Amino acid sequence: MLSQENLNKVEAIRGHYPDSKAALLPALWIAQDQEGWISTEMMSYLGDLLGVSHAHVLGVVTFYTMFIDKPQGKYHIEVCTNVSCLLRGSDGIMDTVRKCTGAKPGETSADGKFTVSEVECMGACGGAPMIAIGEEYYERLTADKLEAILKQLA
Amino acid sequence: MEKYILPEIPDYHTLPVYEQHGGYGALKKALTMKPEEIIDELKKSNLRGRGGACFPTGLKWSFMPKGTAIPKYLAVNGDESEPGTFKDRMIFELNPHQLIEGILIGCYAMGITAAYVYIRGEYGKWVTMLQKAVDDAYAKGYIGTGILGTEFSTHIYLHKGAGAYICGEESALMNSIEGGRGLPRIKPPFPAAFGLWGKPTTINNIETIANVPLILNKGWEWYSKIGAVKHPGPILVGISGHVTRPGVYEVPTGVLLTDLIDEYAGGMLDGKKLKALIPGGSSTMILRAEHVPGVTMDADSLKAAGSSVGTAGMIVMNEDTDLIRVITRIAKFYYHESCGQCTPCREGTGWLWKILKRFETGDASLADIDLLLDVANNIEGNTICALGDAAAWPVQSMIKRFREEFEKRVKPVQALAV
Ligand SMILES: Cc1cc2nc3c(=O)[nH]c(=O)nc-3n(C[C@H](O)[C@H](O)[C@H](O)COP(=O)(O)O)c2cc1C
Repeated sequence: MLSQENLNKVEAIRGHYPDSKAALLPALWIAQDQEGWISTEMMSYLGDLLGVSHAHVLGVVTFYTMFIDKPQGKYHIEVCTNVSCLLRGSDGIMDTVRKCTGAKPGETSADGKFTVSEVECMGACGGAPMIAIGEEYYERLTADKLEAILKQLA
Repeated sequence: MEKYILPEIPDYHTLPVYEQHGGYGALKKALTMKPEEIIDELKKSNLRGRGGACFPTGLKWSFMPKGTAIPKYLAVNGDESEPGTFKDRMIFELNPHQLIEGILIGCYAMGITAAYVYIRGEYGKWVTMLQKAVDDAYAKGYIGTGILGTEFSTHIYLHKGAGAYICGEESALMNSIEGGRGLPRIKPPFPAAFGLWGKPTTINNIETIANVPLILNKGWEWYSKIGAVKHPGPILVGISGHVTRPGVYEVPTGVLLTDLIDEYAGGMLDGKKLKALIPGGSSTMILRAEHVPGVTMDADSLKAAGSSVGTAGMIVMNEDTDLIRVITRIAKFYYHESCGQCTPCREGTGWLWKILKRFETGDASLADIDLLLDVANNIEGNTICALGDAAAWPVQSMIKRFREEFEKRVKPVQALAV
């Protein structure tokens, strides 16, 4: 299920810890980067690989909000609506995201391009309002700036 | 003031520039000292943790067992998920080697052979930045086996979280490193006795560790004279909300909150008036504008004002702010982040949010104010970890200091038909 290259990565990371269970979060990240999401089959595979129960892997995947257990759009747009962003206009940012993608939080746009999530503080409060698309942060947003960013990806 | 945690030197994040400015000199010095001398130096410096609780760092390090062959660990906390907090990210980006140097000094002083830096999952880009610095430091022999030709060996590994505020709580953090869900552990046993994999472990915040090389380089006397006497040193203050120049500012502790707003952050946005301020991340108690003058950014002053330093993430709110909306959003956060282990927190955080929404929509009754206090008081102090307190304090303080905001949002009582 993991590519040979990624399998080698997991093997190397195992050596960072005295116990291979600890390699689970890193292995889940590697799997998610490879596939875009983490399937039940992948969870069982990683459980077997690291010697932890399938139930444990499922428990971990569902505990952490960033592990995704179903396929999603090409771009994952995460909109922060916590206090600092709220104070600087995250309502308008959410409206713009909805207008440009047609998707509400929790939905994927009809063309499959964008999945939208409302998320908690991402640690960029000085740049509020902000969103993340994948690993990239977009800070000090205005409706115009955001529209331009989303148009480029559409 | 000169900057010590985020110096304004171009390319300071690269190893050659860091070395040109004396980087890794503190490590070299430390390696000539006895471990207890280093811990003593830290104790005398009065460095206190920057992760929220202001715990004295030297004292914490002294709890680690000495002269034992069992493995010991350092976990460095870069989970940084308390709303309003965005300072550790600047260290990963602008001064990663000072963090690495501090980690190495800590490992040497406590006899530790492996350190784990826990970084929140959203900071993927910053994980990459710090990994680059770690790789460069390995290549130069600062990390690894036989460091700088001595007997001292240690490793530094980065561990990326995956979206869970609770993993910033030190025992949840250890469970997350071990490959589990981030559930806090009951204390005692304390981490210095039973931490990662049941072995002695110290947990420190990123910024705390970044202060360590300074103290070794310049001495405890110098350090202890910066800022507030009982809580000295440089501190990174994150300012967000209704100010002209939000951002992270390095200041000596003891700076006036009004100076932070007016001098550093360029004053209130659009010249509006201050209404309220949360001084140290969303869990710290809110202050009314009229109580802000004279209060300074340090443990004693903020305690006297009825709040705390927390993470020094200051959220500034102007006269137009709907505080009911603010507190409802904060309550939703703690409800979302409760791990669910303890009943008062799992159920209580949901109740706080639900009742607060009634105020938001104008459906609350006057009795709901007391109900909120009742729920909050029953969470506080009744949970394994401090997330419960963190959920209760904002609600309690908002009612105590802005009761009129709640009263204004109560549904008018219908006249009873006779
Ligand atoms: C719910 C919760 C979340 C926390 N999040 C963080 C965090 O993100 N970063 C941090 O350094 N400390 C956090 N803490 C505090 C840690 O438990 C711990 O006190 C701190 O990392 C110790 O470091 P210090 O002594 O250097 O301050 C959190 C505590 C609680 C209760």
